[in-house]
Amino acid sequence: MIGIFAFYLFATLTILSGILVIFARNPVHSVLWLIVAFFNAAGLMLLLGAEFIALLLVMVYVGAVAVLFLFIVMMLDIDFAKLRSGFTRNLPIGLLIALVLLAEMLIAITAANSGPLIGDQPASTAQSNLSAMGELMYTRYLVPFELSGIILLVAMIGAIVLTHRDRGDVRGQKIHHQVRRDPEEAIRMTTPESGKGVEL
Amino acid sequence: MTYNFAAIVPELMLIIGEPILMLTASTMGRRATKITTWGTVALLIAATIAALVGTEPSSAGPLFGGLLSADPFAVYGKALIYLSAAVAIIAANSWFARDDEHGPEYPILILLATVGMSVMVSATNMITLYVGLELNSLSAYILASYRRTDARSAEAGLKYFVLGALASGILLYGISLLYGFTGSTQFSAIAAALGRDEAMGIGLLLGLVFTLSGLAFKISAVPFHMWTPDVYEGSPTPVTTFFASAPKVAAVLLATRVCIEALGPAIDAWRQIIIFAALASIFLGAIAAWGQTNIKRLLAYSSINNIGFVLIGLAAGGAAGVSAVLFYMAIYVVMTLGAFLVVLNLRNAAGEPVEAIDALKGLSSRRPGMAAALAVFMFSLAGIPPLFGFWPKLMVFNAAVEQGLFALAVAGILGTVVGAFYYLKIVKVMYFDEAEEELHYACGNLEAAFIGLFALIVSPLGYLLIGPIGSAADNAAGALF
Repeated sequence: MIGIFAFYLFATLTILSGILVIFARNPVHSVLWLIVAFFNAAGLMLLLGAEFIALLLVMVYVGAVAVLFLFIVMMLDIDFAKLRSGFTRNLPIGLLIALVLLAEMLIAITAANSGPLIGDQPASTAQSNLSAMGELMYTRYLVPFELSGIILLVAMIGAIVLTHRDRGDVRGQKIHHQVRRDPEEAIRMTTPESGKGVEL
Repeated sequence: MTYNFAAIVPELMLIIGEPILMLTASTMGRRATKITTWGTVALLIAATIAALVGTEPSSAGPLFGGLLSADPFAVYGKALIYLSAAVAIIAANSWFARDDEHGPEYPILILLATVGMSVMVSATNMITLYVGLELNSLSAYILASYRRTDARSAEAGLKYFVLGALASGILLYGISLLYGFTGSTQFSAIAAALGRDEAMGIGLLLGLVFTLSGLAFKISAVPFHMWTPDVYEGSPTPVTTFFASAPKVAAVLLATRVCIEALGPAIDAWRQIIIFAALASIFLGAIAAWGQTNIKRLLAYSSINNIGFVLIGLAAGGAAGVSAVLFYMAIYVVMTLGAFLVVLNLRNAAGEPVEAIDALKGLSSRRPGMAAALAVFMFSLAGIPPLFGFWPKLMVFNAAVEQGLFALAVAGILGTVVGAFYYLKIVKVMYFDEAEEELHYACGNLEAAFIGLFALIVSPLGYLLIGPIGSAADNAAGALF
């Protein structure tokens, strides 16, 4: 009962926020509604028992993709009114794509009812998805998993190599200069006469 | 599940050495360039020795549940890749010397790419294959746009990245189809499933075509060669030197392993694809090179042309064909590295590197040694008999004839003749044209030694190496059957 209630709640909210993504005037609001849609989709995945996909959805889509969208929307100065002006002209194409997607979904649903593809192995209930996946990742697929880590390292090095440059006109903190400073040189003891002040 | 870490010591050495070098670089800044350069070279040489020494039969089987293998095939590939990567790093020194943008990241990126290549040649599972390929490709994209203030270098990087990402998508799609229709990503299991099916389903066939297309991009075989001339021309020349050597070896060996180990029972299905790619590469590589004025573009077409000959060996299949492929790659790397080393050290009067073929005019009177070396490399790439470049071509044709592919061998020989034209054109420019401008030769002793050594290897003296290289290649090829 509560499951059905939760399903309808998440489903309605997903559709509603999906609609609001399109209709929000402000692109920043669009992205924020998109995040709401992602959260509700994650809720739907949880109801299906796919907690790993639910977590991925939150971490990857909300945590990374949506934030990236937000950055781009805020940093690029796009004239959205101009983008929107062609709405009626592009409507037929949009409707066509929507129709194709609808047809694909219907085909997928009917195909799902026609039986399993290969191997009819029921999912094991002894272990949760997360622990089963973690166990495979750190044992059977240890090598590809670690190599993926190195790929991420390459991405990091690449981002730095391609964007970092030394700029002469910027004052930065030079830690080694600060650490190396010798108190003997930096501090001068003087005994100024009263009323004459210090020389700097 | 047992982990045999002893068998992947070469990779472990590179993976552990890399962060140490990187931390050195991060504390020392640009002053660390020398340290990371020679540190990387030392690591690569040490890894080569470790790979060659650690090949007892006990460690050669499937490792990590069949994800990797350290068989003689992988060892052959690793030795070739590590050594050519080391040469590519050393060759970059003098070229980058005039460049203040050069930093310690260059050898480190090559090191990371080398780890990827080493995984590529030892992968026996589609997942490891893909991860290794991406590790190599991502490092290569960054290297292509390494001189980011140079518009051409940035363009090369972007082009390589976009097309490479597309090719990776195609490859992944093929792999997913193969997985879907055979039920495994394991090469041996895919081969077993292919062997069971009498008639190949359309799904499997599509998977095979897509997988081969993705791999054809990586070895720049026609019709997936479009990126090669642009990327080779735009990238900084040392990076091009690297691209033309080690990654080519890795990609060819990877394609060979996939074709033989995973798709072996379906040889009739992929043989026609490989034959088409081979002939198209040979002829397009030969004909498109005629009109080139940039020597890097010309060498790009030369590499497309040579990949065509390698694919003839692969199309022949069997131990002899694979052995010919391996032999060919060893000699090809030496010839290409030699040619690029000469190009790397050409300077005009202002000390800027030259890339135009016209700049070679009259080289023979100014720099007879260098002109002679380049002529040897060109003749050898063309496969003209007294030189060593002839021998691998002969082996490849021999393997094709043994399998009854007479038409393919004859077409390949015709292609050699067509291709010889533009190689000879370079020799003609060097020896018979009048010089227009003063050329300088900024060659360090080490580079000169390498050029001399490589020229010696591809000269007729190289025939002395047929024994050792041939037996290593035979041994490596035997591991796949």
